[in-house]
Amino acid sequence: MSTPTHAEAAERFIRDEERTHWHDETLWFVRKKRDKAAHGLPEWEQLRDWASQIKDHTLSNLDEYLMAFERQAIANGIRIHWAEDAAAHNGIIHGIIKEHGINRIVKSKSMLTEECGLNEYLYAAGVDIVDTDLGERIVQLRHEAPSHIVLPAIHLKRQDVSDTFHTHLQTEKGNHDPQYLTEAARLHLRGKFIASELAITGVNFAIAETGGIVVCTNEGNADMGAHAAKVHIACMGIEKIIPLAEHLGVFLRLLARSATGQPVTTYNSHFLKPLPGREMHVIIVDNGRSRQLGRAAFRDSLKCIRCGACFNTCPVYRRSGGHSYHTAVAGPIGSILNPNIDMRANADLPFASTLCGSCSNVCPVKIDIHDQLWKWRQVLAEEGHVALSKRTGLKVAAFLLSRPRIYRLAGRVGRFVLRHLPWLVKNRLNAWHLHREMPEAPAESFRDWYIKNRKK
Amino acid sequence: MNARERILQAVGANKPSSRPLPVPDKELVIRYEDPLSTFRATLDSIGGASVIIDDLELLKKEIQTHRAKGSFVINRIAAVGQVDADIAGLTAEALESLDVAYIEGKIAVAENGAIWIPESSLGNRLVPFICTQLVVLIDRKDIVPTLHHAYALVDTAAEGFGMFLAGPSKTADIEQSLVIGAHGAKGLMVYIL
Repeated sequence: MSTPTHAEAAERFIRDEERTHWHDETLWFVRKKRDKAAHGLPEWEQLRDWASQIKDHTLSNLDEYLMAFERQAIANGIRIHWAEDAAAHNGIIHGIIKEHGINRIVKSKSMLTEECGLNEYLYAAGVDIVDTDLGERIVQLRHEAPSHIVLPAIHLKRQDVSDTFHTHLQTEKGNHDPQYLTEAARLHLRGKFIASELAITGVNFAIAETGGIVVCTNEGNADMGAHAAKVHIACMGIEKIIPLAEHLGVFLRLLARSATGQPVTTYNSHFLKPLPGREMHVIIVDNGRSRQLGRAAFRDSLKCIRCGACFNTCPVYRRSGGHSYHTAVAGPIGSILNPNIDMRANADLPFASTLCGSCSNVCPVKIDIHDQLWKWRQVLAEEGHVALSKRTGLKVAAFLLSRPRIYRLAGRVGRFVLRHLPWLVKNRLNAWHLHREMPEAPAESFRDWYIKNRKK
Repeated sequence: MNARERILQAVGANKPSSRPLPVPDKELVIRYEDPLSTFRATLDSIGGASVIIDDLELLKKEIQTHRAKGSFVINRIAAVGQVDADIAGLTAEALESLDVAYIEGKIAVAENGAIWIPESSLGNRLVPFICTQLVVLIDRKDIVPTLHHAYALVDTAAEGFGMFLAGPSKTADIEQSLVIGAHGAKGLMVYIL
């Protein structure tokens, strides 16, 4: 069975009306917290400008900064690996696991490892891996994917988590208390941390100046893993580089405020050198990013710092859920990143938007997300990745709209049909009518009315 | 060509023409009339607590009391009692039952309640995460308005590890309900001298 399109999956999501409203409101609540945090800083727009400009500068010198980072990191005792695609990334990690004969692996949140399908790859190779972010552990136990890059289990209610934990962690049946459930997860994952031999983390920022990386969490799971295990592997896309440590001042001020409305994440850990007798690896992954860098219209998408603000504000994301996007990174930013990775498989995503522009307005690094969504639609149409029904509809519209006489005739026919033969359009074959009432037919068109009234 | 060379070549070929690097100006950012009270209010809002102290007697007594009760305590502050110096080799298993850790913070940030803690303050990188209660001592003269000011004072490359810590461990992954104490310390007390 092929993956359902965003529209098909969203249709299934909204069948549960109550849950759809709850999902919508919960994410809007996060968006409002973001607003409050942003409005608390008079320099917010200045910060966004700085962040955007630092990223512009970095992307325009990216090869040099990558080499500078590598040089410094190696001098610090970090081992650097380069992976051109997801398969190479997974293979490098598997190689390190085999080399050390490692069995016990913990992983904190890394959207890159989700993008690369690391878990599935390791399961298939007979290697178990434990996600340690609470939300990620919940979805892992349920054999689901995260539905949001910052709030992985936002599609679930406390009853769902309670049932999952009852099955897997033997918690009390029917105890839905988040405090109780979190404590159960804490105890369960403590054991995994203590026993772990390898910790995999993501990277929020890689600093060219120092060769160090910064990882941000609220739970402390990245640190529990990385400091307990003998080997630490950190996975980063090539776009995670920033030039100077002082730039963290700009990005850390924006990241958590944009993501959850917190003034900063709880743990902002700066990893520079491995401990004596320990190993630290950084895998630098391309997986299509250098290609995106070459697409002038879409290059800015690489400035993303994965805060998720565009998800929380998006009227389509809030009412269709992350799984409808069938990719590791959902939401508006995912919809401009994923067509670059696989244009055919993700051709539906740039259409999962109203182009309202709210995503661009909340983006802390000022990516013109809604513009890029619109530009992707044009690229996809040119490359032949738009469905026949949509293509035909648009062709008919283009034909009508460029021929005023035929357009006026069609208008008259339409008004006649709506008034005298409504069953012709009010039926199941008309996709527009499935979820909408057809409009009342006016007696005359605006044009006719205007011509008549102007003479008066 | 290997993967590294191919990636660097593709990036070099596809990058846009050079754009200028801005220099963030600290004069353009928020100022607080009373950074100490802002720091305390912010820390409170993120689940931490603070107490202003005039000397270290309270801390000394607290550590003695914990130890007398048989709690597993690690103290890294020389001024308040004997320092647990040789803890770098302790494993996660050995530290699992750590009840309270006392450490020194270097720079505190008013806008977000964060405190810079370098590796040398910890003695063992696991300490501030694996303990149940974390106590941090800071000097009130080390409170700065924003992260920009903090990064101007902190050399993040001076040691192998360091962090900005803001409050106790927390999560809201279950229905956006805030729960303090996810994987790291369940409580953070900051003593401000």
